[in-house]
Amino acid sequence: MRLIKNTIEHNGSGTVTLCPEEPEDMWHAYNLIRPGDLLRASAIRRVTTVQDTGSTSSARVHLTLLIKVKSLDFDPQSSQLHVSGQITNETAHTKIGQFHTLDLEMNRNFTLEKEVGADGEGVGWDSVAVEQLKDAVDEGGKRRAEAVAVVMQEGLAHICFIGQFQTILKQKVEMSVPRKRQGGGDHDKGMGKFFRVTLETLLRQMDFNTSLTSGANNEVVRPVLLASPGFVATGFHKYIQSEASTTTPGLKRLLPSIVVVHSASGYLNSLSEVLQSPAVKTLLADTKYARETKLMDDFLDQLRKETNKATYGPREVESAVDQGAVGRGGGVLIMSNRLFRSQDVAERKRWVSLVDRVRDVEGGEVRVLSSDHESGKRLEGLGGIAALLTFPVVEEDLDSEDDSDDSAHAD
Amino acid sequence: MSRHRVKNVGYDDDHFEDDDGYDSPDPEEQEFLQQCTAAVLGQLRAGQPSVTATTEEVQEALWHYYNDIEKAVNYLRGKKEKELKKQSAPAVQKPKVQAVPGFPAPLPAEAHFSAADFFRDCPWLNVPAHRKTEILVEPLYPRLGLLGGAPESAGKMSKLAALAAARKKKEGEKAAAAPENPSTPQPARSEGSALKPSVTPLSLSERLAASKLSKASETNGGLRRLGKPGSSASLPARQQPAPETSKPPPPSLSEPTKQEEPEKEAEQQQPTPNIRASPSTFASVILGNAAGPTMAEPSHLNSNNVDLLHIYGQDHAEPFDFAAPSPDDVVMNAQSTAKGLAIRRKGFKSKPAASKAAKGQADLAGSMKDLSVEEKVTVKSKNLDVLAEYNKSTRKKSANFVVIGHVDAGKSTLMGRLLADQGAIDQRTLDKYRKEAEKIGKGSFALAWVMDQGSEERARGVTIDIATNKFETETTAFTIVDAPGHRDFVPNMIAGASQADFAVLVIDSSVGKFESGLKGQTKEHALLVRSMGVQKIIVAVNKMDTVQWDTERFQEIEQQISAFLTTAGFQPKNISFVPCSGVLGDNITRRSADPKASWYTGRTLLEELETSEPYTHALDKPLRMTIGDVFRGGVQNPISISGRLDAGSLQMGDQILTMPSGETALIRSVEVDGEPSDWAVAGQNVVLNLANIDPIHLRSGDVVCRASAPIKTVTSFTAKILAFEHLMPMQVDVHRGRLHVPGRISKLVASLDKTSGLALKKRPKIVAPGTVARVVVEIDQAVPLEAPTRIVLRAGGTTVAAGLLE
Repeated sequence: MRLIKNTIEHNGSGTVTLCPEEPEDMWHAYNLIRPGDLLRASAIRRVTTVQDTGSTSSARVHLTLLIKVKSLDFDPQSSQLHVSGQITNETAHTKIGQFHTLDLEMNRNFTLEKEVGADGEGVGWDSVAVEQLKDAVDEGGKRRAEAVAVVMQEGLAHICFIGQFQTILKQKVEMSVPRKRQGGGDHDKGMGKFFRVTLETLLRQMDFNTSLTSGANNEVVRPVLLASPGFVATGFHKYIQSEASTTTPGLKRLLPSIVVVHSASGYLNSLSEVLQSPAVKTLLADTKYARETKLMDDFLDQLRKETNKATYGPREVESAVDQGAVGRGGGVLIMSNRLFRSQDVAERKRWVSLVDRVRDVEGGEVRVLSSDHESGKRLEGLGGIAALLTFPVVEEDLDSEDDSDDSAHAD
Repeated sequence: MSRHRVKNVGYDDDHFEDDDGYDSPDPEEQEFLQQCTAAVLGQLRAGQPSVTATTEEVQEALWHYYNDIEKAVNYLRGKKEKELKKQSAPAVQKPKVQAVPGFPAPLPAEAHFSAADFFRDCPWLNVPAHRKTEILVEPLYPRLGLLGGAPESAGKMSKLAALAAARKKKEGEKAAAAPENPSTPQPARSEGSALKPSVTPLSLSERLAASKLSKASETNGGLRRLGKPGSSASLPARQQPAPETSKPPPPSLSEPTKQEEPEKEAEQQQPTPNIRASPSTFASVILGNAAGPTMAEPSHLNSNNVDLLHIYGQDHAEPFDFAAPSPDDVVMNAQSTAKGLAIRRKGFKSKPAASKAAKGQADLAGSMKDLSVEEKVTVKSKNLDVLAEYNKSTRKKSANFVVIGHVDAGKSTLMGRLLADQGAIDQRTLDKYRKEAEKIGKGSFALAWVMDQGSEERARGVTIDIATNKFETETTAFTIVDAPGHRDFVPNMIAGASQADFAVLVIDSSVGKFESGLKGQTKEHALLVRSMGVQKIIVAVNKMDTVQWDTERFQEIEQQISAFLTTAGFQPKNISFVPCSGVLGDNITRRSADPKASWYTGRTLLEELETSEPYTHALDKPLRMTIGDVFRGGVQNPISISGRLDAGSLQMGDQILTMPSGETALIRSVEVDGEPSDWAVAGQNVVLNLANIDPIHLRSGDVVCRASAPIKTVTSFTAKILAFEHLMPMQVDVHRGRLHVPGRISKLVASLDKTSGLALKKRPKIVAPGTVARVVVEIDQAVPLEAPTRIVLRAGGTTVAAGLLE
């Protein structure tokens, strides 16, 4: 995302003009834009006019609309963001208060305004939002570490794209492969068919051009991780090799970027194992998700060791922060960015203040994990918030009262 | 055109009649008809000149005029007057009528359509232009049953005519709008009796209009009636030859040809729909209306006294011989039509003229609906009382056991040996395996190949998926489930263990292997089978030959393993140890001949297996069967599923429901342990050959049940589990037999006391290994699970918990 203009004031209100340049930027926009914000973007609106005679005519007009955001709808598969809200600027074709849904488009600027409000009813550009904005703008330009992972097992393959902030399941291939039977060759046949379909799907999802001529334009081939328990991934790799050497020579370009790794199952939740495998680590060294995955593993390790130096759950973490356990010297607050997408202003303020406190007052580290990543998903299971503590905190008995509170976040 | 129509009548109407029986008269209509009839008769008598008419005549007239009394009276009056004038003619011809059954009555005809006959009345050359287009030789439709032509009781009308009339009547009833429609018979009849247009109440133009309307209305009949238009056409064609030949040749055109060799002359004789242009004015005048035939039919139905030969007779007098086509025309027409019509003969009736296309399509759509590509298979159920049959049957006691252990412990080889020694595998096959195995340098794997049938398994020397095999001793029929030992294939092993009554744990006694195995899958497998409900375990301490049958080694292993197994929950009396060697076959079925092994005097593995007690299964519970495999059983059984019946019973011909797809299927046949059977009960390994289901609805892990007692699909469940690893809210794979799906522990409800089951701590943060806890598990997709089911939770390639669904 390109930052076109930034006029954020000290009190936190102000506007930012951004230009999304790649699909993942939509995801950033999805995190930045919150209900209550003002969003100005170009829009195409169908305007129906009624003549005096009663006849109606409708025309599509190009407008620039400013809306007060009511809700957001993000489609991760196609990276499309639809923001709906009420129009607040008057144009020749629209009235104030009419509803409109803006579809943010790539390479089209939009301006986002957040207001604190006189008595602080809005949240404005709080520290988390500014952090997210930095992430989104990516001034260092170190992004681009992307990979395609195919997590598979017999008769099941998940093709997903691992981006900087998102892991998108692009397609799932599911096929019934007959089991081995006495004297039956159905299994091999079934696997052959399964491999064929998976490869076709993979190439389609990657937009991989198998024609030989396309090799000339030197397009970058992303790393392809094939992961499976047992020998399925190896078999698939062999299949691709044999395809490349026999029917589709264009596949040869793909071969060098293939990495075969082990995973415990063909389901997406074994992706963490894939990302932690040495082969992948060298390939995608020190990317954000690799760090996040590591962090989660560390946390779960601590939890397993029962050292009481790790805790999770909103209440528990807040209590630990209160006790000063998430501070200098190893205190890490891990939060899912889903918490900041909350519709409720008070809710968001609660989390932002927690973040500010840990970072600024306690001196601890704050990591906001993407809920669309594998590690973020693991964190979601723990209520979206966890902390590594500097010293063991004896767990209070919160049994009775936190039922409702926790369940509200656990889902 | 008109010729065409008549000819097809019979063919078509058969269908028509078959489709809707509309002969049943409406009582109300009948009553009304009576009233009207009385009125008409009265008016006729009262009128000047007074005429009489039979009730049938009147009714028919009424019918044609839509119960319009006035019109009917006019018509009848005109007709009767004409009749009076020419009384002689009918008198002469009546006898003939008796000789020849009703009009379209199929005469015992010559086999083929004779062109010579047909064109006899037509002069060579000089064929009137209007005739050329109209010539249509009707297609040689196969004769259909109702065309039999046997005269009806009255002897006046053929079935064909009756059918046509009946259809006509129905049509008339339906078409509420067009009053002219029923009137179409009128002109023809009047023509039949008088043939002078001027005398008939309707003018020529009216008649033409009427005839067109009638055609139009006929066309409405749609697809079924496609052939119908031809029917009206054929009558005139018949009429023409009739005069000259005295014996009516028309039947020779239609019925006989229909009967015989329909294909042969098809090319020449098929009518074209397109050729059905309306007749020229001249033709109409000469021939009477195109609708002529249609009116003739109702008259037959109502046993009108106007008989057909009378009509023919009238035709005699008329100079319309030229209306017949010239032979050249016939040939040309036939040629042109043959091309367009080849399509027609394919099952469907001919495509109608453009005017009826719309209606035709509607009907086509309707009839397409009835067409089903899928052939429903029905299998007659024998309606056995399966449980009674089961109790009657004197089967050996049967037992399933699963063979578990660390990878490369020699499970497959041990089982291969067992099967070979028991004669379940013939020597030739074994030799073949040995040769092939040696060829790829894996000679020691030859016995394992008995179980490892997969090409990948053989190439790698690792069992990947479970394999089942069976053998029998004098007392028991055993089913072996050989499970893979590799950690990646534990899901498959779970599937195997879920089918087992007891387990054989194979342990590699060789130095170092035992220790690594204990850390590895030896432990995990033992825990798994225990948590799957297996009570009895036989420990086969394998590869004793590699340690020279060292007693101490055996005792060391025995000690460690039994200690572990007891903690895992096996009762000491259910644990037994057998030192053996799978490769050599020592202590498998026979005692070891090795003097070094003489210290062992206990039972051999086989004897140990036979001590197993029969297991009882829930026979009277609702049917449950987890699908282990979906495959193509062969040409006759395109869809087969295999698995073990968990509960209940089934038999051939049963309707089953598969969950979660919710599709029903029919059991075409049942195989129990590879043998065809009429029924199967819980505990048996079965192959079900199914019908009436798409294989896409069947996946391994699905559950077969009955629609009367379906298994519920759930997306979340509570389970009481024993933790093997630390548990926290985390992502897990849920396993139940073949079924495994991704899910997550969403909530740790409480940790429980192991013995009392009381909650020790509510909402624990983490559940330590070895603790019993109650957790809530959520699954992304709905899966068939019901309490009490044993489930296994795995994460990251290790088994983290196992327990019971609550």
